[in-house]
Amino acid sequence: MKHWGFTFEKLKIASFDFTCCEGCQLQLANRESTLIDFLELLDIRNFRELSSEQHNDYDIALIEGSISRQDEVERLQAIRRQAKTLVAFGSCACFGGVNSLKNKFPLKELVAEVYPGMQIETMPVRKISDVVKVDLSIPGCPVNKEEVERIMVNLATGSLVTLPKHPVCFECKAQLNTCLFELGEICLGPITRGGCNAVCTTGKTPCLGCRGPSEEINMPAFVELVKARELSLDDLQEKIAFYNAFEGFSNHEA
Amino acid sequence: MIYKVIAKSEFKRFTDALLRDNTSFGPRQVDTDSQGKAVYQFLPVTSSDDVAFDYTATASSAKHFFLPFREELSRFVFQDQEWDQQISYEGKPIVLIGLRACDISALNILDDVLLKGHFPSPYYLAKRKNTFVIGMDHLPLPDCFCKSMSHHTISTGFNLFCSDIGEDYYLSINSSKAFNFLKEFNTRDPLDDDNCRLVERRKIISDSFLSEVDVTALPSILDIEFDSPVWEKWGNKCLNCGTCAMVCPTCYCYSVEESFDTNLKGATRQKQLYSCNLVDFAEVAGGHNFRPKNGDRLKYRYYHQHRGFAENANQQICVGCNRCGRACLAGINPKDVINDLRMEKESCLTNISSSPDRI
Ligand code: SF4
Ligand code: SF4
Ligand code: SF4
Ligand code: SF4
Ligand code: SF4
Repeated sequence: MKHWGFTFEKLKIASFDFTCCEGCQLQLANRESTLIDFLELLDIRNFRELSSEQHNDYDIALIEGSISRQDEVERLQAIRRQAKTLVAFGSCACFGGVNSLKNKFPLKELVAEVYPGMQIETMPVRKISDVVKVDLSIPGCPVNKEEVERIMVNLATGSLVTLPKHPVCFECKAQLNTCLFELGEICLGPITRGGCNAVCTTGKTPCLGCRGPSEEINMPAFVELVKARELSLDDLQEKIAFYNAFEGFSNHEA
Repeated sequence: MIYKVIAKSEFKRFTDALLRDNTSFGPRQVDTDSQGKAVYQFLPVTSSDDVAFDYTATASSAKHFFLPFREELSRFVFQDQEWDQQISYEGKPIVLIGLRACDISALNILDDVLLKGHFPSPYYLAKRKNTFVIGMDHLPLPDCFCKSMSHHTISTGFNLFCSDIGEDYYLSINSSKAFNFLKEFNTRDPLDDDNCRLVERRKIISDSFLSEVDVTALPSILDIEFDSPVWEKWGNKCLNCGTCAMVCPTCYCYSVEESFDTNLKGATRQKQLYSCNLVDFAEVAGGHNFRPKNGDRLKYRYYHQHRGFAENANQQICVGCNRCGRACLAGINPKDVINDLRMEKESCLTNISSSPDRI
């Protein structure tokens, strides 16, 4: 690709799924209006949802899903050895995601419940950065294709790759939404990273924090406002735990 | 200014005609909150039935019609070694109906900042220049403090202002456009009785304010209290969410972002309304943040709103609508913050100026 005197190399990219629903990978094939231009940026070396060819000479590896089996650990480590840029792609990869709910129960009970009578090897769910070094995180359940496109363009052109630092509320206000707290619900918008265009709250569904904590969140103040409104602290706990994205932010007062 | 009186039923006919033929926005109910109170926003309206004439105040202000939350400033098209910049200043005439006095004051303030400075904004001007504003008076909400800011009455910045005097509206007509358009409708010159009713209405409004913020000498108090612990106290509550600036009728800050099109054949420069409460508002290239603390960021918002910046002649830009206070989930609002500062200053006066010892 040559434009305005610059030559841009196509991104040698591969995409791999681990414990997940593959919804984030599917997003890559979404947004038809720019799909052809988007694919034009990429030299797809390995991506079973888009191409049957498989090569192992990729630079960028998109890792979708969390890690819940020993063979996944080994596969991931092999990818790490090859990839120059390893991307945690989607909330499962970035935080553990919905899968992490499993970690609240004894493994034996879970296997007996889901695969009765079978011998299944399973481990507590881990996010990608618990297993290998992650170079870039693109959160979201699913990822926002527009954001993925922007990031790929930035990688291709050597521009700075950033995520928004403001919380979801900021984008929610630009949609003129009535705040869900005013409607008596708990919403994680004030502590969650923006960039999704407040898609859930615009549909009158509280934010569950799929994009993880925004920069420098104020958890004590957030818990305080839930208490001041006499909303259910159990509901708060449940929402905060949903994607396992707020690990490390003490909300023990809740 | 010309004054007329119009029956409410006739005013309805007038608005029907006006709204039918123009792109118009007015207050509409969008929700009922958990306390049973109606929530309003300025939204498209096409007939008088769409307009909630008896509304209280909108949750968000009317500024985004002139300062969109997101706006393309220019496009770039690349060709071989060349590039071409395309800029267009777009705006079409709009009618805004139902603005409150403070909302109109806020537009006047934005005009001062964005049109009367050294670098008038052509983007703002294009959207603002053909606006037809119909103001309507109302009884203040318990937390409105526009009277303290002297913005509860207004004499410029509208085409037409309606005071509710019972069966009729008392009209203040401020433009020939409005005057000519009204000619086609039944109005009459005010009688003594109408004038009495107007005076009475204004008195009732003025006497109905429950919230007062003492702003005398506020700019100097803000200077004196620059290092006050009050900022940390309130800053600790702040969620850095930017909600206050988004709903505020006079906050005009923005960030600019440039990005390539996905096909790399062009690029866009976009502006997004921003807020001094956001974590990265004062972050510069290389990552240094000039205002890393919540309290500092909150302080600057109060500084700008209540002390003013040089670019708006050191005038306060807050009009006292309390939208920020209502929307802030953390309960941060100008009345409490400013009262706290005052108390802080008074306690400091009693502490420092102890009488000299008697001999
Ligand atoms: S609905 Fe949620 S995201 Fe929107 S303003 Fe309220 S708390 Fe913030
Ligand atoms: S609103 Fe919250 S849960 Fe919904 S997409 Fe955005 S970050 Fe995720
Ligand atoms: S003052 Fe309130 S509305 Fe403004 S940024 Fe802080 S928490 Fe958000
Ligand atoms: S108060 Fe803050 S966001 Fe509002 S205009 Fe001033 S600096 Fe900008
Ligand atoms: S600072 Fe608050 S009270 Fe003042 S004009 Fe803005 S929203 Fe209204």
